[in-house]
Amino acid sequence: MNRVTHIAANTFREAVRDRVLYNLIAFALLLSGAAILVGQISIAIERLVVVNLGLTAVSLFGVVIAIFIGIGLVSKEMEKRTLYTVLSRPVRRWEFIVGKFFGLAGTLVVNTFCMAIGVFAALFYVAHKFQSSDAWILVALFFIVLQFLILCSLALLFSSFSSPLLSAVFTFSLFVIGSFAEDLRGFAGMSHGLTRWLATAAAYLVPNFSTLNVITQVAHEQPIPAHLIAYNTAYALTYSAMVICGAVLIFERRNLK
Amino acid sequence: MTMTGSRKVTAVASLLLLLSLAGSILLLRQLDRMRTHATLEEVLYFNSPKWIKRLSLGYDGLLADIYWTRTVQYFGIRHAMRATDYNLLAPLLEITTALDPKLTVAYEFGANFLGSKPPIGAGQPEKAVALLEGGIRNNPDNWKLYYNLGFFYYIDLKDYAHAAEAFERGTKAPKAHPFLRVMAAQMAQHEGEIQTARMLWQATYATTKEDLIKQNAIAHLRALDVDEGVAQLEKLVAAYTEKTGRPPSSFNQLIGAGMLAGVPLDPDRKPYELMADGRIELRNPEDFPFAEKGLPLGYKPGPPKFH
Repeated sequence: MNRVTHIAANTFREAVRDRVLYNLIAFALLLSGAAILVGQISIAIERLVVVNLGLTAVSLFGVVIAIFIGIGLVSKEMEKRTLYTVLSRPVRRWEFIVGKFFGLAGTLVVNTFCMAIGVFAALFYVAHKFQSSDAWILVALFFIVLQFLILCSLALLFSSFSSPLLSAVFTFSLFVIGSFAEDLRGFAGMSHGLTRWLATAAAYLVPNFSTLNVITQVAHEQPIPAHLIAYNTAYALTYSAMVICGAVLIFERRNLK
Repeated sequence: MTMTGSRKVTAVASLLLLLSLAGSILLLRQLDRMRTHATLEEVLYFNSPKWIKRLSLGYDGLLADIYWTRTVQYFGIRHAMRATDYNLLAPLLEITTALDPKLTVAYEFGANFLGSKPPIGAGQPEKAVALLEGGIRNNPDNWKLYYNLGFFYYIDLKDYAHAAEAFERGTKAPKAHPFLRVMAAQMAQHEGEIQTARMLWQATYATTKEDLIKQNAIAHLRALDVDEGVAQLEKLVAAYTEKTGRPPSSFNQLIGAGMLAGVPLDPDRKPYELMADGRIELRNPEDFPFAEKGLPLGYKPGPPKFH
């Protein structure tokens, strides 16, 4: 377990050294600009824009980081030949994969935490106060982190057997398909025979990102049911674990010579 | 002292960068002049709300905000140009509310934009009603939408039956303002037009947090004061004319006849003007953009300005 922690800490340090957290500057500029500007060019949606834009930016910045760092986690180590140094020590392959996953997830959690502070600061700027319904924004942020866990695991899965470019394409495609998961299920419901089976299988196999997206609801101060929080958490953790297991299986069998 | 090679490159590159930047700005300005306003504004690249929602990848809330801002900008620009056609207004509102059916502000303001007569709005009352009905379908518990619908039927369409029905439906919504029940009854009787309109605008003022709506309500209440004052003065002038056989030449004659206590004043404390033909006119009609009485003959109101 100690070895997994070390790999995770190194992955986090590497991401910070790669100036990943610089995206926070862009985020701060975007949010403060929007908070000031929208009040002047639109009507009655200042709070909505801060919540919608803030959470969307948190999500999109995180998605980009998860994909572009995740795809290089294994291949970059192989390219730099540092992977062989790591694996020559008493570190098992699965520990390497799991450590990398936690390192990237940690980077994204820290990034999201900083952005969340920005969202609440902007919210305070436009509304001049906090209200109890603002607590639901924390739930939306938590769901966004759950999305990142799934994406990190997917990026890592593809990175364990494919080139960075193809991994990026696969991961992003799954992100798009996962956002359409509800439509896919609707399509399955309308079709018959083999198509129905295939569509249903695909709908359950791809990650369902739409269930983890409650940005619009919290922007309208609608409460998120406790059972949705529980099921979404369980779903995201189970799905990530499944994908990580897949990545470990592939990486264990991969010929690194 | 001579410059090193590296410094020379830096200096030349910096100079070229600045020149290119200035050149690109100048070229863009020239391009803006060449392209018409219509080319820049009257384009809706995607007009299927369903597809836009799909393409938003779940970030439909933010996209709805962007479309709402675009709607406000579109309406504002067309309004400032005193345009009579607002072809993109209804599709923009349709997309906005499809992306975020809970964005009630789009229904409330959008119906105003669509339904008001030109040059104040687009003059499309049937689309305004459809928009509000859509809003009610998506937010059946929001009593303000029923209120807006009834308000619109009453103020803009003078359709008392539908107004009464809308207010009545609103009374059934949870946390409905008790005022809706009064309005439903008032509509059923449809009497005392100015008093009813005053009640509606006062309720609008009292129940909103938006500054723009408050300002709009104040402007309408001021206009109602003018309408009421001018109507009363015209009655007095008619009574004087009937009594003496000729219209009064000044308010002093009405004061002398004991019909007025002093020179009548508008809500801004400026005296009304009595015209030779007995009409009453406002001294500054542009300060009362929603007034229907007291306007000079052939007067065309400008865009509303709020106090």
